[in-house]
Amino acid sequence: MSEQALKELGDHIAATLGDDVLKVELKLGELMVTVRRPSLIKSLTFLRDDPTCSFEQLLDVTAVDWPEREERFEVVYILLSYKHNRRLRVKVTTDEDTPVASAVPVYNAAGWFERETWDMFGIFFSDHPDLRRILTDYGFEGHPLRKDFPMTGYVECRYDEDQKRVVYEPVRLTQDFRSFDFLSPWEGMTNVMLPGDEKAQAPDTGSKP
Amino acid sequence: MTIATSAHPSAGQSGGKTQIKPYTMNFGPQHPAAHGVLRLVMELNGEVVERCDPHIGLLHRGTEKLIEYKTYLQAVPYFDRLDYVSPMCMEHAYVLGIENLLQIKAPLRAQYIRVLFSEITRILNHILSITTGALDVGAITPALWGFEEREILMEFYERVCGARLHANYFRPGGVAWDLPAGLTDDIWEFTERFPKFVDDIDNLLTNNRIFKQRTVDIGVVTKEEAFNWGFTGPMLRGSGVAWDLRKSQPYEVYDRMDFDVPVGLTGDCWARYLVRMEEMRQSNRMIRQCLKELPEGPVRAEERKVSPPPRGEMKRSMEALIHHFKLFTEGFHVPAGETYTAIEAPKGEFGVYLVSDGTNKPYRCKIRAPGFAHLQGLDFMSKGHMLADAVANIASMDIVFGEIDR
Repeated sequence: MSEQALKELGDHIAATLGDDVLKVELKLGELMVTVRRPSLIKSLTFLRDDPTCSFEQLLDVTAVDWPEREERFEVVYILLSYKHNRRLRVKVTTDEDTPVASAVPVYNAAGWFERETWDMFGIFFSDHPDLRRILTDYGFEGHPLRKDFPMTGYVECRYDEDQKRVVYEPVRLTQDFRSFDFLSPWEGMTNVMLPGDEKAQAPDTGSKP
Repeated sequence: MTIATSAHPSAGQSGGKTQIKPYTMNFGPQHPAAHGVLRLVMELNGEVVERCDPHIGLLHRGTEKLIEYKTYLQAVPYFDRLDYVSPMCMEHAYVLGIENLLQIKAPLRAQYIRVLFSEITRILNHILSITTGALDVGAITPALWGFEEREILMEFYERVCGARLHANYFRPGGVAWDLPAGLTDDIWEFTERFPKFVDDIDNLLTNNRIFKQRTVDIGVVTKEEAFNWGFTGPMLRGSGVAWDLRKSQPYEVYDRMDFDVPVGLTGDCWARYLVRMEEMRQSNRMIRQCLKELPEGPVRAEERKVSPPPRGEMKRSMEALIHHFKLFTEGFHVPAGETYTAIEAPKGEFGVYLVSDGTNKPYRCKIRAPGFAHLQGLDFMSKGHMLADAVANIASMDIVFGEIDR
């Protein structure tokens, strides 16, 4: 898999799909194509059927949550071509409310992958034949892999000897979950006001020219 | 389905025939043939499977979420706990992903050790897969014999990293420690008699009438279906696709390895069994080759920002001490970027999609588990087969719930 071959493939995809492609990136020797959301199915069908691309297999569908972006979710489709021995990632962006077209008509494998993405991120896939939760508990609420979902979750369950059944209760932690900020070289812990910190308020320099 | 009944006068009759609705049956999650915590909701027509809906997630531990809150180094042990019968292969994918982002390479000796242990892991996995699969279709002896060999291999694990199962041995930039003295000799001795064990299993199963009745023509997967449903590894090779990431996209020193890729012809459970049997023999070959060619040298990258300094250096050098302290509190920062790194795990293509935002923790770590895609295909593979054949299908998929549920 030479860089040159991947670059040519990227150019070929960009040239053929035209306006549907927003961005073609080649980083660390891996090719990524960002397409417009409405033309996702068209693009995937093209990538599967075009002899130069020939991506026969969809290996995975997943998402990345970037809460600060306008469209926070990046849905990633990982493709593999057996004929040409190449990999490709196709990306679309979406937010909480906008559905993404389901890739099941193109690749059967997308069924469970999209169920998992729905379960974990709450990204809705339109026209999916069976969009149920898959990994979380029956009756689970929320989408755990969103960045605003706490790592500890909201409920914990245990077997209650009196009621003779499993009960769900709000999570109780004996010690607060601590998060350390390693980006600053000095402050290990976030949101801790040590005595004297209030004096470190930056002096107002706005009056100077 | 209509069956002639004279014995059931109470059932609704229409000209001596009775209409029977499909029977819904719950299989698992505590069934011994479910290979863990698989719950299947099956619709049966008599004993013929009409629909099979796997309910998974009973072993879901939120690994991907946990990894986002751990440093890169702290996340390695989670990978042992995914596919707990082939731990080191899972680690392998993860450390290769990190190395790809950091743009470092492990020293040659470490690469050989990793390949050596990846192949030991493959044998470990296939012994479990084949023998418990045989157990599911009615043969007990292979399981008894196989677990003895597994025990020997797990002792090698223990000697190299201190743990029988959850190894935590591979590190970004190499492996945790060098091989202890005498281990290579013992592994060599094992490889000399291991082919005899494979032959024994071969004699027990391959042409066994009962075993063939239960596996030949069961769960046939065509090449197109295998592509379409995302099948990889022995599931794909069993359907006649000559594809192995160790050959087609070689990582580490697999391009130096001399081995053959077995390919099945019929795509049924028996073909997948045969592929796994041959893979064990090929792994044995590779282990021997690794032991023969194992070079001398360091086993960790010399890059101090990634791998800790040796103990002796820490006693003398302040800088080494600082590096050690920073590495085990803060960890190393990985440049922003993303990679999808895949390896040929015993079960198929195991991939790690790693997104870094430049901090010391992965921003997102998606684990591509081969078993997840395979289990999805259980519905179409079992449709029209008998209930007992669904069990044979599950066994031939090599299902392990640690990786499917994550």
